[in-house]
Amino acid sequence: MTVPTVLDERFRAAAAASGELDVAFDVLDDTPVGPLLVGVSERGLCRVSFDPEPETELERLARDFGSRVLRTPPAVDRVRRELDEYFVGRRHAFDLELDLRATPEFHRRVLAELNRVEYGHTTTYGTLAAQVGAPRAARAVGTVMNRNPLPIVLPCHRVVGANGSLTGYGGGLDRKEWLLRLEGALL
Amino acid sequence: MARTRIPPFELFYECHKAEVLAFLRRRAGRDRADDLFQETFLHALRAYGRLEHGEHLRAWVLMIAGNAVIDAARRERPTAELAVEPAGEDERPAVEELAPLTDGLPPKERAAVVLRYGYDLDYDEIGAALGSNEQAARQAASAGVRRLRKEKEQR
Repeated sequence: MTVPTVLDERFRAAAAASGELDVAFDVLDDTPVGPLLVGVSERGLCRVSFDPEPETELERLARDFGSRVLRTPPAVDRVRRELDEYFVGRRHAFDLELDLRATPEFHRRVLAELNRVEYGHTTTYGTLAAQVGAPRAARAVGTVMNRNPLPIVLPCHRVVGANGSLTGYGGGLDRKEWLLRLEGALL
Repeated sequence: MARTRIPPFELFYECHKAEVLAFLRRRAGRDRADDLFQETFLHALRAYGRLEHGEHLRAWVLMIAGNAVIDAARRERPTAELAVEPAGEDERPAVEELAPLTDGLPPKERAAVVLRYGYDLDYDEIGAALGSNEQAARQAASAGVRRLRKEKEQR
């Protein structure tokens, strides 16, 4: 027997409204950069994930934020809308609360600095390292970018090598290139 | 030995929702089952953060569903009739009577007895709920009943 969709959705909505969830998530299936999992906690956006493998992703969320993780599409409506606007070029900055409590302190400092890099601009790993007072930590900054829990929203795609090469991207270089072209940072 | 980890609620819900709904429809009828379904999983969600391990989650959620059925019946029926469930076709003991009696049983036997005689589950369902099989469920239930008889004789 299957559970009727109406009943399933009604429970998910009630669960979101109950305030008992650690993380409400949904998978946005048809973005220009492929499927994206987005998760929000009561404090704000806590995950953006490319090509999500559901079970692995949910286990990670449960480990980082608590086991009460449930797919509740309406709970991520605002994130969905801002991303939609971004993908068609109508939004240049996100207006979302961010929940980085599962991210280590050094990473948070680097991500805060990253968040100041504006739409359509790029910076380098070395510059970011210098800005957080660790000029020789360019490689460590690369690791922070690679583990960025909120790609796109925290724009690690705007960080390139000192020689202007794209270098790397947690979501794959094709996506980095696509995002930079969208923003007009690449011709 | 490490205990079974608690799965993310999404996986727990997806894994058990169909069985819970089927159970509620059998026990409370199609009309009431929808409301009880939501009540059951909201209750489970509230309690989920306090779970200490992920064992027997199936039996756990069926217990919650069974309690939701009883609570709903209690809300609907006048208190005078509460003490005894309507006599079943084979005079099954009511869950309300059974629960306190079985408090002293080992957890597996208690679950088997309550699910069999209180909630009318088949042994293969109970086996599945306990993460074992039909045979083991049958043994656990009869061991539980034997233990209860013995206790009664000693009293």
